[in-house]
Amino acid sequence: MAGTKSPSVLPGFRLTLGFTLFYLCLIVLVPLLTLPARTATMGWQAIWQTISDPRVVASYKLSVGAALIAAGINAVFGMIVAWVLARYQFPGKRIVDAFIDLPFALPTAVAGITLTTLYAPNGWLGAPLERFGIKVAFTPLGITIALVFIGLPFVVRTLQPVIEDLDVEIEEAATSLGASRSYVLTRIILPYLYPAWLTGFALAFARAVGEYGSVVFISGNMPMRTEIAPLLIITKLEQYDYAGATAIAIVMLLISFSLLLTVNALQGWSSRKLAH
Amino acid sequence: MGIDIRNVSKTFGNFAALRDVSFEVRPGELVALLGPSGCGKTTLLRIVAGLETPDRGSVLFDGEDATSRRVGERRVGFVFQHYALFRHMSVFENVAFGLRVRPRAHRPPNAEISSKVTNLLKLVQLDYLGDRYPSQLSGGQRQRVALARALAVEPKVLLLDEPFGALDAKVRQELRRWLRRLHEEIHLTSVFVTHDQEEALELADRIVIMNEGSIEQDASPVEVFERPASPFVMNFLGNVNIFHGRVEKGRALLGPLALDYPEHTTAESRPAAGYARPHELDVARVDSGGGLWAILETANLAGAIVKLELLDDDRRLLQVEVAREHYDGLNPKIGERLYVTPKKIRVFVEQN
Amino acid sequence: MAHVETGRTRDPKKGLTEPPLIRWGLTAVALGFLFLFLAVPLVAVFTEAFRLGWSAYLNAIKEPDAMSALTLTLTAAAIAVPANLIFGVAAAWAIGKFQFRGKQLLITLIDLPFAVSPVISGMVFVLLFGRQGYLGQWLIDHDIRIVFAVPGIVLATIFVSFPFVAREIIPVMEATGSQEEEAARVLGAGGFQTFFRVTLPNIKWGLLYGVILCNARAMGEFGAVSVVSGHIRGLTNTLPLHVEILYNEYQFQAAFAVASLLAFLALVTLVLKTIVEYRTRRSMEPVGETGS
Repeated sequence: MAGTKSPSVLPGFRLTLGFTLFYLCLIVLVPLLTLPARTATMGWQAIWQTISDPRVVASYKLSVGAALIAAGINAVFGMIVAWVLARYQFPGKRIVDAFIDLPFALPTAVAGITLTTLYAPNGWLGAPLERFGIKVAFTPLGITIALVFIGLPFVVRTLQPVIEDLDVEIEEAATSLGASRSYVLTRIILPYLYPAWLTGFALAFARAVGEYGSVVFISGNMPMRTEIAPLLIITKLEQYDYAGATAIAIVMLLISFSLLLTVNALQGWSSRKLAH
Repeated sequence: MGIDIRNVSKTFGNFAALRDVSFEVRPGELVALLGPSGCGKTTLLRIVAGLETPDRGSVLFDGEDATSRRVGERRVGFVFQHYALFRHMSVFENVAFGLRVRPRAHRPPNAEISSKVTNLLKLVQLDYLGDRYPSQLSGGQRQRVALARALAVEPKVLLLDEPFGALDAKVRQELRRWLRRLHEEIHLTSVFVTHDQEEALELADRIVIMNEGSIEQDASPVEVFERPASPFVMNFLGNVNIFHGRVEKGRALLGPLALDYPEHTTAESRPAAGYARPHELDVARVDSGGGLWAILETANLAGAIVKLELLDDDRRLLQVEVAREHYDGLNPKIGERLYVTPKKIRVFVEQN
Repeated sequence: MAHVETGRTRDPKKGLTEPPLIRWGLTAVALGFLFLFLAVPLVAVFTEAFRLGWSAYLNAIKEPDAMSALTLTLTAAAIAVPANLIFGVAAAWAIGKFQFRGKQLLITLIDLPFAVSPVISGMVFVLLFGRQGYLGQWLIDHDIRIVFAVPGIVLATIFVSFPFVAREIIPVMEATGSQEEEAARVLGAGGFQTFFRVTLPNIKWGLLYGVILCNARAMGEFGAVSVVSGHIRGLTNTLPLHVEILYNEYQFQAAFAVASLLAFLALVTLVLKTIVEYRTRRSMEPVGETGS
């Protein structure tokens, strides 16, 4: 190494950075760039026509709406699960804790067919619900339930470390000053958890919006009613309507990216709040 | 091996870490690079090691230009400030590392490596800890392992970056003494970086004092302490009392003090300041001339030296150190007016 | 990675935890929710798989199309995981040991595949390599098939499992700093020696964790591969796709039999994950000190 500008005595900077950028471009950037490239050639008219088609709009409403509700359910129950895991003891807790990640590890197709079978009119869970007149499989309700499964770990895993890191002294101080337990919980602990809670919610939401494998079986795929946006994209691709597929995809990407930015901002807020 | 540093400069972005620095280290010397944080001493050490490259200038080992030699080829031993021990390797393996990574042709057989490592561990008095891991050692022990590791490759030069900075006071003192003895035993050319002037004064054969990327003085500890080359050096090496004023016509007029200053005989008045160390000021009850009156504010009697603080008529704080017997003989009271005389005072004229 | 357990017990009398009724209530709700959403489906997979007995189960698995689906899944993972591993190590080295502008942007770009819906992940390869894709005509002229063939499946698999290894070891590389590597260099170690002897042992648990996650995703991916594959039985079907085909043909027991293989993979992933987390916690525990 001659005495010119080398950033450090550690070798391989140019090699590793070069390879990293090359691989990144090849596998991720170039393929992703086809989307805006295709969109650019389409013209606003064509794009608008595609995405304002009633069937497409219905699919957006379904994908986003069901994702929102599912993330909401996960937010509520995820908070409870995270609290119980972080604070309470019960036999088998370690095993339960390890299983939270099952939706991460389980292939979506397996989840999809299993949930469909469970909630079908003759399934273990579907049958009792039928007797109450509740249909789950092949309805938006079924889609929502599948999305709850998919997003379950996000809220729990985002909240758990934050709850565990809570400073006991703050609770002790408040309690010694006379605050009731419910006051401490709602007015002191909960606000502290808001950023992580919202982050988990946003992550679950983002994951659910684009979800395909676990939903496509239980949904029944009836246009205008239980057809999710990703399925519509596939349908258009099979018809070689690349333009249509691209248009739908761009909107979905915009939703995903804005969610990602929100999550990043939330994490920034969270780390500022936690820094004491 | 001798080190010759010639006109080395280094800039990081907008920050000039080293400005045209030159000095020599003679074979077998133990030299201290002393200065405040940011003065460039660590950067200079790393350049000698080959961990940084200078923008300008060169480093010569025994007359040969080593500037372009790669860090692994320089035969230097480097001890990092935070030891940088390989955390997943045992003490033994840490010390053996430099020998194990040699290319096949130059690698000694395992038995030889083993005996070398054992001897080194004995040298640093850690031979019973060979199987431990760094996380199981105290700070002082880790430092000695780092030293043994650096010595294992038989370097021609030993470089230490604030070697005792992260240790507590007692351990630091023990290791200082220990390093001095080690150096007397093996006589390896060594350069160490420190911001602790007591450490430099105690350990080094020669001290290079640095400030803001340049060398302020390069001399023996006695020289640097008794005959500081600049106000910075004087200030850095201990407490000083400063008397601001001017020199003109052969006289130095420094506030309440006035003395002959034959070095400046012209009528042109130049700003100057007189520096006196606390032990170079004397206190008495009588006005013996050449001094000033001040009121005794505090007296710290913990120790063989009594530390006094006095305030003169201009609200200037004077720090004086006197021997305990002298203080007991004088027995002054707080609030009493005493006469302070400088036994020795250095005048520095401001250069433009 | 998941959390570190603190395991502190709180004394309800001190008012530092909720009254027992509330605690049992919340625990019941949490466990009930988890039972309903996690345990029941997991059990259902295996129940349905064995509904017609052992021999039917084995037949479904040994069936040629199922076997070739298994082979394709393993092949795709065998290519995707090492490729993403090498990438992850290279990226983590560049990001963790050096300073340069645009580092944060690079990290965000690496995370991109996470933000993209699986169907879109597959779709972009169709846009690139499909019949009407940008390179479509060129591929037809050279008689190369990517979409609706194995190469397309491999590419989609690499895409979706891309960030896992990098994400796990970048923080580790950044946290361990570069002092140990510098020390190794001064002692005369070469570049690769430094990496294998000093860096690798420090990142090994993070690396293993990343590989486990990367593999789970690579083998289990459905949406992206579905778009790219063309669903040609025996040729371009991975295990998840084969499950879909069987299910759509109402061969429920066979579908679940094949699905149970994937479920088993998921369980193994969870176990390995837990073990690695446990070992990582252990290796980070401070050990007692001896005298000076």
